Amino acid sequence: MSFPWAKHYEPKQPLMRWLDEKLPVPRLVYNAVGAGYPVPRNLNYFWNFGVLAGAALGIQIITGIVLAMHYAANAGVAFGSVEGIMRDVNAGWFLRYAHANGASMFLLVVYIHIARGLYYGSYKAPREMVWLLGVVIFLLMMATAFMGYVLPWGQMSFWGAQVITGFFSAIPLVGETIRVWLLGGYAPDNAALNRFFSLHYLLPFVIAGVIILHIWALHIPGSNNPTGVDVKGEQDTVPFHPYYTAKDAVGLGVFMLLFALLLFFSPNLLGHPDNYIEANPLSTPAHIVPEWYFLPFYAILKSFTADFILPAKLWGVLAMFGSILLLFFLPWLDSSPVRSANYRPKYRGFLIVLLFDVILLGYVGGAEANARNVILGQIASGYYFAHFLIILPWVSRSERPRPLPGSITEAVLAKHGGTSPAQTALASN
Amino acid sequence: MVRAISTLVGLAFVGVLALALFFTAKDAIQNPAPEAAEHEFHLHPRDAALSSAGYFGTFDRRQVQRGFQVYKEVCAACHSLKYVAFRDLKEIGYTEAEVKAIANQWVIEQPSINPDTGEATTRKNVASDHFPSPFANEVAARAANNNALPPDLSLMTKARHDGANYVFSLVGKGAYRPQPAELVEKFPGAKTPEGLHYNPYFANLNIAMPPPLTSDGQVTYTDGTAATHDQMAKDVAAFLTWTAEPKLESRHAAGFASVIFIAIFCFLAWGAYQNVWRDVKH
Repeated sequence: MSFPWAKHYEPKQPLMRWLDEKLPVPRLVYNAVGAGYPVPRNLNYFWNFGVLAGAALGIQIITGIVLAMHYAANAGVAFGSVEGIMRDVNAGWFLRYAHANGASMFLLVVYIHIARGLYYGSYKAPREMVWLLGVVIFLLMMATAFMGYVLPWGQMSFWGAQVITGFFSAIPLVGETIRVWLLGGYAPDNAALNRFFSLHYLLPFVIAGVIILHIWALHIPGSNNPTGVDVKGEQDTVPFHPYYTAKDAVGLGVFMLLFALLLFFSPNLLGHPDNYIEANPLSTPAHIVPEWYFLPFYAILKSFTADFILPAKLWGVLAMFGSILLLFFLPWLDSSPVRSANYRPKYRGFLIVLLFDVILLGYVGGAEANARNVILGQIASGYYFAHFLIILPWVSRSERPRPLPGSITEAVLAKHGGTSPAQTALASN
Repeated sequence: MVRAISTLVGLAFVGVLALALFFTAKDAIQNPAPEAAEHEFHLHPRDAALSSAGYFGTFDRRQVQRGFQVYKEVCAACHSLKYVAFRDLKEIGYTEAEVKAIANQWVIEQPSINPDTGEATTRKNVASDHFPSPFANEVAARAANNNALPPDLSLMTKARHDGANYVFSLVGKGAYRPQPAELVEKFPGAKTPEGLHYNPYFANLNIAMPPPLTSDGQVTYTDGTAATHDQMAKDVAAFLTWTAEPKLESRHAAGFASVIFIAIFCFLAWGAYQNVWRDVKH
């Protein structure tokens, strides 16, 4: 695989040898997430989140397939069929709450995974393709989550679908036609619900496919690490198994613990009460808000309130999609050769501001649209775009990074209180 | 080149936002948003202190049964409970025979078809039936209620913020009250319209539902509990908590077991991690 010292798969059992000749699936697993994949020895717990996202997708697919056996995608009975799942299906309440809160957990770990990538420069050469595929996965997840939220056919489902498909009507001239075509009608109804269900079932498998490409692309250069320094030799790495399988198990346990607390004790904490009211096209809820994971983008959409050449609504929609699409250009917007923000004092400062900025956007997205909140949202949206499109390109040119450690091993040993070459040599076993 | 293009695009977005901010601020100064009566006079619900609240909450079956009695004698005249079946009452402590009797004696009958003529008719309820709606359809419901639609109560405590406390407060003692004089003074346009009732726990302060509970002893509890106004409100909130989340007890029990199981897993995983990494500095 990626490094010449990677261990090779050598099946000892005759059956495994036979299988390896005919269909080397065990070899593939061994090289992907087994002892055959050398990984930097200094990864911190932020490197757990890729595996956690994979686990979350698995939970979503399994609970989702069983839910689909009981759910009826028909506008007349969808809401009632969900209540049937909650009341009359064996452990149906568990499946549904696991699936609804599982979506939140999935998005949560993916947001931390993305933040990890931003902080440690995992999007930079030679891992650009890993990042690009990651953004594709994120977009697919957003589409899947949105369509899944429509399926229970509650008030927020219906009005969320109304608002989100309404974005397309902002496109000049053909917008309204496109919106009607996408919905299969003038407003969300049975046609929309059916196609959303179909796509909601399909997209997770597309995501799984892109995840395979994501991991494949990752395994060519190998994993990044908190120093951002390239692997120099065998002493810098440990085999994925058992070292990182053991560490990922700890992270998975904490993830499951948080998930269980949410699922069993506050399953409706992150939901909106209005979604327990059946969809009613004649009654608009007082506040239409998306799920928490879309709030920052919703805030960006709502911040564009002035017409300037283009109508305000079109600016809002362009900005909202642009705020995600600009991530595709990130590897080229940031020209600094240093990856880890630990060695980039200015970038680190701006990135921490961005983190709080996105949290502020999330607050504004869910808050009442009074003048104070709209202004806060406009400032926060401004920083979001300025950070990626203006600050980052210029800072990456002008800032002077702190001196990098000579190697991963040197950084590890320095942390443990010694940097002499003799110790570096000792640590290589 | 990349830097120049991205800076231009960035400046375009920031510029439009700055323009939007300027107009928002200007508008906020020139036309300050009018204060709304519901902002100032809306009250947060009182705490019903139900036994189902909290991480280890369980239903007080006697209370839920009393709440069912309130629903049956007061609420059921206008409000449906369509996601709940008579058979579900076994979960709150009624026996099979009691459930059959409750279904059989239910005043509103189940819509049905005459097996001989095919004409629409009604029949007595059986245990497997869901609670029948008091009105044949929405038009009938509105016609009988001053054009307001009494909502289905099955999910009410999950369909409102802080639902159980909300239901308790909304129909509890003192919720229906004369509109405060200072409200009418400050917001002359917000006078409670004819046919509506002032209730500070309701989102927009004016509710179409007439006061459902009006006096102590309105319901005569079979278990001898004194039916004070607040007691009846609390009991019906407990009942509607059960109708909205009937599996609450199994959920809490499963959660308790899961958390212990996962905590042990975490402990073992941590031990394995320490063991695997013991010779590698990282």
